[in-house]
Amino acid sequence: MKLTMASSPHNHSHKSLNKLMLTVIAACIPGFIAQVVFFGTGVIIQLVLALITVSVAEAAIMKMRKRPTFQTLKDGSAWLTAVLLALSIPPLAPWWIIVIGCLFSIIIVKQLYGGLGFNLFNPAMAAYVLLLISFPVQMTAWLPVTDLLGNPISLNQQLSVIFTDFTAAGFSVDQLRVGIDGMTMATPLDTVKTDIAHGLTVSESMQSPLFNEWVGKGWGWVNLGFLIGGLYLIKSKVINWHIPVSVIVTLAICSGIGYIASPGTEPGIVFHLFSGATMFAAFFIATDPVSATTTNKGRLIYGAIIGLLIYLIRTFGGFPDAVAFAVILLNMAVPLIDYYTQPRTYGHGVKK
Amino acid sequence: MEKLIQQIKQGKVWPFAGGIHPPGQKSLSNANPITRLPLPDKLVVPLKQHIGANGQLIVEKGQTVLKGQALTKPVANWSVPVHAPTSGIITDICQMPSAHPSALPELSIIITPDGKDCWCELIPHVSFADLSHDELINIIHNSGISGMGGAGFPTYIKADSRKPIEFLIVNAVECEPYITADDVLMREHAAQIVSGIKIMQQLLCPTLTIIGIEDNKPEAIEAMKLAAKDDESIVVQTVPTVYPSGGERQLIQLLTDKEVPSGGIPADIGVLVHNVGTLYAIEQAVIEGKPLIERVVTVTGNTIHNAGNVWALLGSEIKHLLDCQGFSPVPQQRVVMGGPMMGFTLPTVRIGVIKTTNCILAPDHNELAEPGPEQACIRCSACADACPASLLPQQLQWFAKSKEYDKLKEYNLFDCIECGACAYVCPSEIPLVQYYRVAKVEIKEQQAEKVKAERAKERFELRKERLEREQEARQNRHKRKPAITKSADEKQKVADALARVKSSDEKSDNKSAVAAAIARAKAKKNSGELEPDNSEVAKERAARKEQARAYKAQKEAGSSTDETTEDKKSAVAAAIARAKAKKAAKADEATPSEKSPVDDKKAAVAAAIARAKAKKAAKVEEASATEQPPADDKKAAVAAAIARAKAKKAAKADEAKASLEVIAAAEPEQIQDSAPLSAEDKKKAAVAAAIVRAKAKKAAKADEAKASLEVTAAGEPEQIQDSAPLSAEDKKKAAVAAVAAAIARAKAKKAAKADEAKASLEVTAAGEPEQIQDSAPLSAEDKKKAAVAAAIARAKAKKAAKADEAKASLEVTAVGEPEQIQDSAPLSAEDKKKAAVAKAIARAKAKKTQQEGSDKS
Repeated sequence: MKLTMASSPHNHSHKSLNKLMLTVIAACIPGFIAQVVFFGTGVIIQLVLALITVSVAEAAIMKMRKRPTFQTLKDGSAWLTAVLLALSIPPLAPWWIIVIGCLFSIIIVKQLYGGLGFNLFNPAMAAYVLLLISFPVQMTAWLPVTDLLGNPISLNQQLSVIFTDFTAAGFSVDQLRVGIDGMTMATPLDTVKTDIAHGLTVSESMQSPLFNEWVGKGWGWVNLGFLIGGLYLIKSKVINWHIPVSVIVTLAICSGIGYIASPGTEPGIVFHLFSGATMFAAFFIATDPVSATTTNKGRLIYGAIIGLLIYLIRTFGGFPDAVAFAVILLNMAVPLIDYYTQPRTYGHGVKK
Repeated sequence: MEKLIQQIKQGKVWPFAGGIHPPGQKSLSNANPITRLPLPDKLVVPLKQHIGANGQLIVEKGQTVLKGQALTKPVANWSVPVHAPTSGIITDICQMPSAHPSALPELSIIITPDGKDCWCELIPHVSFADLSHDELINIIHNSGISGMGGAGFPTYIKADSRKPIEFLIVNAVECEPYITADDVLMREHAAQIVSGIKIMQQLLCPTLTIIGIEDNKPEAIEAMKLAAKDDESIVVQTVPTVYPSGGERQLIQLLTDKEVPSGGIPADIGVLVHNVGTLYAIEQAVIEGKPLIERVVTVTGNTIHNAGNVWALLGSEIKHLLDCQGFSPVPQQRVVMGGPMMGFTLPTVRIGVIKTTNCILAPDHNELAEPGPEQACIRCSACADACPASLLPQQLQWFAKSKEYDKLKEYNLFDCIECGACAYVCPSEIPLVQYYRVAKVEIKEQQAEKVKAERAKERFELRKERLEREQEARQNRHKRKPAITKSADEKQKVADALARVKSSDEKSDNKSAVAAAIARAKAKKNSGELEPDNSEVAKERAARKEQARAYKAQKEAGSSTDETTEDKKSAVAAAIARAKAKKAAKADEATPSEKSPVDDKKAAVAAAIARAKAKKAAKVEEASATEQPPADDKKAAVAAAIARAKAKKAAKADEAKASLEVIAAAEPEQIQDSAPLSAEDKKKAAVAAAIVRAKAKKAAKADEAKASLEVTAAGEPEQIQDSAPLSAEDKKKAAVAAVAAAIARAKAKKAAKADEAKASLEVTAAGEPEQIQDSAPLSAEDKKKAAVAAAIARAKAKKAAKADEAKASLEVTAVGEPEQIQDSAPLSAEDKKKAAVAKAIARAKAKKTQQEGSDKS
């Protein structure tokens, strides 16, 4: 009888990369739905564009590297990058924004570093930073929530804007952004920052129709959606709790201190936690395993510094949001953090 | 400590890091009681079934053995015997594939059961409390018990722990999925296991015994609690089901909150862990007197119809177990010995059950999926979260792939217990454990390589040191010895020799003088005819200067000493003596070759010659050729010259001692032999002395010369004896002697130059006396011949001095010489031939000795 030889262990948890990635993508759904509801179906268009671009890019590179194409695509890591990037950019950004972003993230940030597992930086965030710096106008052109729009726009119009920069009626994005009251709408973070710069207090700024009682209209829901998805990821053991908890707690502490120190110019804890990309960053961006630290102690440090940087850049920096910068900066510190946070091996050193 | 025991008794456990929860699959096999298999047709009992050395075979092919009879006896450390699992005939003792991941062949005893299953005589000890510690240990040792949990560590060593044991831990965790052997054993034999624990307690006197059982075995927990309920010192601890809580180190932490230091053993922290199966075997061995010949094996998996636990005789083939339980293999069937996490696949089912075989798992492809292709590591560190040793498997994997062994060691690769938890959880299906195994082996090999290289280096250095030491010792010995001999018998002998020489009638032979002249002439010739070499000349010059100096000393001595002498012999003798003294003074190796002084005239002649030489040395080396002092007393002169030559030699090289001894030893005999003989002996003696001296020189330079020296030394006395009966021709002989002396000097030079020259020197030294002998009966012409010979010898010497490979050239000259002799001495054709022959012989000897010399060195 011919017996098959194999190395132990002979059993496996049946976890797979593909499952892992798809679970993360699935966890994005609540946040994604919130975005669609509050910011329009443009998100879907961006998502489709992104998925197509990354698949083509990854397949082409795999062909060039003479690696199994389908096998690699199947692991789902490129798709996850596409989802994360599509959720990060303004829904009505021109089509080439997402395409450039996807090509850059897959080809330059990921594959040129050796493919999955070898990239130093979070591909989605690296691409986001590239786009933000290169095309600041397009990248900050967020529409206000749909119910604030002066003239609600259909899916067709959104398609037209994305691919031609104008709706069929000849409106540009900027024109579309004009609210009911005829004012151009920015994101809540932007609004508060600008208003404070203009000498208004936070509470005065929050009188704007952009806000409900605590946070920007729509943004609170989007963040809540990502929070729910993130909790699911922790529960299903796809991610460890360390990074998200660390990011959120640090950001809360910082904003709390800021609020106590200067209530007039500080929007407070809830505003920080539920504005911009806070929850998205804490659960979906900072937890990217490849570019994050690998030790539990390291994760706490990594998350804490990201939280701190988010607060500092939001409060004192020139950009409205800070997630991408914070994550990219910390990606660079990962080897160092990993090195200094190795756990004590069994039988080594003194047991406490 | 008290608090800890209190906590333990309250049921507190201290979870270890990591761990996984693979599906247990235990219900497949734990429902039924243990069954006993029918006797197999054949048993394959490997000699080695544990960690350590195998025992020594004490049975032979064809022998009939009884059940329980020892097949091997323990010899080396950590060796435990194996026993016949049933009665039968040993049909073969051969190499069979082993129950090891490698399946490398292992010497195995093949027994064909006779079906009687007849026990050998057993010695039960029902009341083991009466047995002494050593008796118990011996029983455990001789029963062949080794750890039955998996590693197979010899139990008698653990049981004989020198370190105080605080906690005796009974490992009944059985955390591997599928395996239920310990579970059912506890259900059925809890009382025996507790007896085994008590035996262990008697041996180790632990403060507390903790039985750790996973909470997925409630029946076993109940059974053990019941069996141990009377004993306060035994605690049955229920531990949560986490793989690998049954790992020795993990279990220790789980039950006692202690960690075994890396690289240490549990006994270091006062803990000892025994498997329940082992304790049962101990009970059987002590109380029943039965050696370890069978064990419980779980036969399970979806391809087994009747999965369950069986009592399998050690040596039963896996095929027998599978067949008995019903086995329907699937394509690409895997058969795993051990559990799914740490077991290994078998290459064949024709492998015997051994002491550590706790499970045979034959899964189908649904229950244990085939590993998928390895994908990229995404650094998710699920592996690190699962690792029970708190390692960073993911980092280790990178380092293992890039063969960064230092990094691997830095990241504590060797603390990996290869439990497989990391590979189990890896979403990329990276065979992490496999990488670590390979890396471990490579590191071990590298270390072994390093150790080997270091040992080789050490050996080399030790050898160098030893050689140096030996050389030094040799030198010291040589330094010391002559000093002793000289002082005592040597002086005596010299004196005797002198006396004898004096008493013998003085024959005035011009021959010696002639010889001296010839020698000188030869010297010239050498420098002229044969490759004129400056260094050679310089050496010669130096030698002559030395001679002159020696002569001066001689002169002084001569003036001061003998009053009575109408003959200057005594003066000469004195001079010689003084020369020797100088030698001795300069280098400790004063050569005692004092047979020289002959008649007065001789002495005078000697002096004259010496002076002449001095002059020569001072002016031109070749100038002195014409000088031919009076014939009669030339012998004496020659002798004196020889003496001086010796002095020089001695002065130059300290190492001469060795050879000196030889000479010293050889000379007295020579002297004695020659004493009864008339005047000619003197000459002979002189010759001999010259030879000896030549040897001394050689020796002085290269230590290896000794061997050859002996050869020559041994050869000389005989030669002298041979020539003794001849009377009148002595003069000629004397001349010859002079020649010999000259040769000797030449040799000395050679020796001074090239160490390897010794060999050739010997050749000449050895060859010449014979020549002399041969030529002795011949009249005047011999002198010429002798001269020629001497010239040749010198020529050889030079050659030798020049090229280290002198031998080759020597042969050439040796071959050339006979002809030369013929040319120069047309007379007595036969002698020439003889001489030639002699030389040839000598050369042959020389070569040999040279070889020997080089061999020795």
